[in-house]
Amino acid sequence: MSKLAEQTISEISTLLNSREISSAELTQLSLDRIEKYDPKVGAYLHIDHDGAKKQAQESDTRRASNNSKGPLDGIPIALKDIFLTDDLPTTCASKILENFIAPYDATVVKKLKNAGAVILGKLNMDEFAMGSSNEHSAFKPVHNPWNLDCVAGGSSGGSAASVAAGLCYGALGTDTGGSIRQPSSFNGIVGLKPTYGRISRYGVIAFASSLDQVGPMTKSVRDAAILLNVLAGHDPCDSTSADVEVPDYTDRLDNKLGPIKIGIPKEYFIKELDSEIAAAVQEAIELYKNMGCEIVDISLPHTRYAIATYYLIATAEASSNLARYDGVRYGTRHDPNQGLIEMYNETRGKGFGLEVKRRIMLGTYALSAGYYDAYYAKAQCVRTLIRQDFQKAFEKVDIILTPTSPNVAFKFGEHQADPIQMYLADIFTVSCNLAGLPGISVPCGFNQEGLPMGLQLLGPVWAEDKVLQCANAFERETNYQQRRPHEL
Amino acid sequence: MNYEPVIGLEVHAQLRTKSKLFAPASTTFGASPNANTSEICLGMPGVLPVLNDHAVQLAVRAALGLNCTVHQRSQWSRKHYFYPDLPKGYQISQYDRPIATDGHLKINLESGEKIVRIERIHMEEDAGKNVHDSAITGNRSYVDFNRAGIPLVEIVTKPDIHSPEEASTYMKALRQILRYLWVCDGNMEEGSLRCDANVSIKPIGQKELGTRTELKNINSFRFVSQAIQYEILRQAEVLDRGEKVTQETRLWDSQAKMTRSMRSKEEAHDYRYFPDPDLPDLILEEKMISEIRTHMPELPAEKILRYTQELELSEYDAFVLCEDADVAEFFEAAINRHHNSKTIANWVINDVLRAIKGQPLSALSFSGEDLGTLVSLIDNQTISGKIAKDVFQQMLATGENPEQIVESKGLKQLTNQDEIESIIDDILTKNPENIDKYKAGNTKLLGFFVGQVMQQTSGKANPKLVNELLQKKLS
Repeated sequence: MSKLAEQTISEISTLLNSREISSAELTQLSLDRIEKYDPKVGAYLHIDHDGAKKQAQESDTRRASNNSKGPLDGIPIALKDIFLTDDLPTTCASKILENFIAPYDATVVKKLKNAGAVILGKLNMDEFAMGSSNEHSAFKPVHNPWNLDCVAGGSSGGSAASVAAGLCYGALGTDTGGSIRQPSSFNGIVGLKPTYGRISRYGVIAFASSLDQVGPMTKSVRDAAILLNVLAGHDPCDSTSADVEVPDYTDRLDNKLGPIKIGIPKEYFIKELDSEIAAAVQEAIELYKNMGCEIVDISLPHTRYAIATYYLIATAEASSNLARYDGVRYGTRHDPNQGLIEMYNETRGKGFGLEVKRRIMLGTYALSAGYYDAYYAKAQCVRTLIRQDFQKAFEKVDIILTPTSPNVAFKFGEHQADPIQMYLADIFTVSCNLAGLPGISVPCGFNQEGLPMGLQLLGPVWAEDKVLQCANAFERETNYQQRRPHEL
Repeated sequence: MNYEPVIGLEVHAQLRTKSKLFAPASTTFGASPNANTSEICLGMPGVLPVLNDHAVQLAVRAALGLNCTVHQRSQWSRKHYFYPDLPKGYQISQYDRPIATDGHLKINLESGEKIVRIERIHMEEDAGKNVHDSAITGNRSYVDFNRAGIPLVEIVTKPDIHSPEEASTYMKALRQILRYLWVCDGNMEEGSLRCDANVSIKPIGQKELGTRTELKNINSFRFVSQAIQYEILRQAEVLDRGEKVTQETRLWDSQAKMTRSMRSKEEAHDYRYFPDPDLPDLILEEKMISEIRTHMPELPAEKILRYTQELELSEYDAFVLCEDADVAEFFEAAINRHHNSKTIANWVINDVLRAIKGQPLSALSFSGEDLGTLVSLIDNQTISGKIAKDVFQQMLATGENPEQIVESKGLKQLTNQDEIESIIDDILTKNPENIDKYKAGNTKLLGFFVGQVMQQTSGKANPKLVNELLQKKLS
């Protein structure tokens, strides 16, 4: 991979500031690379050549007159196609929103634009963020740049693959049950899911409102902190975004870790865990020990109910959130001219993919009269227990360390036949969303086939700074994040 | 057989806010279709609701006015169904945790006072409106989302109402109180007050309730009693035939003056209510509730009491003045300008209300203060009561203030004794034979002389003075 394409946001930012390169050159490089390599990867759904070049020129003008907007000014970034943009289509990788252009920018998109970021385009994903392999995009699958026969993971597969393949310098993803962290681990990059309420959801197409959270996907922990600095903060347009103080996440990133306590939950080291990943995580634990951290065995006893709880709550909320796609006001309409019900049936029947329809039906069932108490209400009770598990654990430890995923990137079609098997793969990531905690995935090695593996660090609510610091210490001691896939 | 009707009303009242319940879009009535919409009202992808605090305050005020328990924690729920006028595929409403419960409203029936218990008050957003008028839309249907997201409270009674008249009286009393509280403008024709009625009948004396039907689309006060009356008779006929009443939703057809089946219990929606994850629970601090309580406007019953006791008005006058909040406000503005409650009450009841003939008071082109001024002009003898009626007509027509009218038309009363005397002298000189007849005992001729003076002065001479002077000169 070309040296320039491999660089991180912080490195590129230095080059931009010293005028060694212009944003226009950098953007052109990214666009050329997308042109050349993305047909093999399938990470992009929309590429904004003209817009990106224009934004790059404006950034260069600002820098020339010493009006730079900060470390993101002029950096080519790309967005999961779940973020609304008023100048580019937003499809959520669904036929039902094919060609849909939103009337407004998401709050996070505004923030990125205000920070001077150059938006290259919109990235592929599982339709409506439902899936863990990116095979459920209505338009095309995303291929893993480390091995094109393997999936990129999901649902933010396009975001992860584009960062790994050097097709952008950072990307935004969303994480409902692991959709940032799992593809990050599959692609050897850093992916942060912040605390629920840390980043505005306004203008982010909703999958499961009580679980969805926006986060950065980058090559380094520092880059994640740089992006989080721009994205975090209360938004009056989002009643669930919290009005809590936002620190400068890059401030104490390089501080020595000190004798912090790291908890290892026994429930996460199950027989389904890939042995190479288990070994890599063990190595990571040793590394933290050597850095002076205290390793503490802990228990999160309700972990075994997490998947069931997650899939009840997520599908119930999804069935409600996706009710608005009815063909009446926007998006695709299929109308056989046989009345209203037929229009609904055709529009939604043809507009949604199989996995989306499966989840709408599951969620509709869970909320139905007579089943609500047994399913949705019960799941909410268990959710509280899972949250309490973490609260108790964080009375004893500062950080919890687990594998991100029980497996590395798998071959296309491998998990398609059995949806339950696919849902189970989210086992290490969903609890974090149910409890609303911040979590990060950082590269922790490569298996024998050269596929990346991921380490997950979880922190208490609002402790993104701690999580980032802990991840950064690991990154400093290892060189996994410097390894990039071979040029495709 | 003789049956006893059991009726419960569910009233939707539009809260008087400038913007919608969860969006900054305007709530003005009569805007062109879809002018009052934003990405939020249209249910665009990615939008999120932000609660309008003013709507909450109005709902609390309504709840306090209806003697409810206001809950410090209530919850927003999503109510799901598919219909083109419902942009998100669900309505944000309150379900198992409403903002207020357990209230009551006193109503005055001919048979005396009655208490109708209020089961609950919950807040929710309105839907839009489908437009099927083929003259406008041809063979298509259109949707107007101006109403989508407008804040409503739904006020649900216990089944305490037992006749169409009671239902109608309850609706009027509820409207009166909501208007007093400035919570809702109460306009049924514009849809800002809507009524659904749950109606069942049972043989007199039977404890167990009969099967109920829900009547919808009752959009005027007249239809409240008409629709219920029709439904009671319909159900009685069904039972008398030995059949059973079907539990169903029925629409009132005001043209045909009958109710028609809309959907049966089996076709009823499963609304799949669940707490809205986009909105935190609604928490009302005790301080905020008591703040609203201390600033509650005076309600009709208290006002009537004050008018009879402090202002010494008759009960009838007090009742008429208090029937509508705007009228009472108008009256109070007038008596603030000029402290003559009794005369002003007569003017409001006999002249103002008659002039507007049931139209809203806002149609009037002058203010309560202006009426106060008019009465003060009579009381300080600037104009006579008779001239005042003319001035009033002028005020109605042009909205000019009474002092201006008196000034510009030169209507000021003539009270200068010399001036009046010289006019009288002139008239007496011209009518010597009538003086003789008067002195001979035809005292009725005094009226003739007064009339002459008034004619000379275009009615402006002070009648009392004219009388006195004439009598003196003729004696």
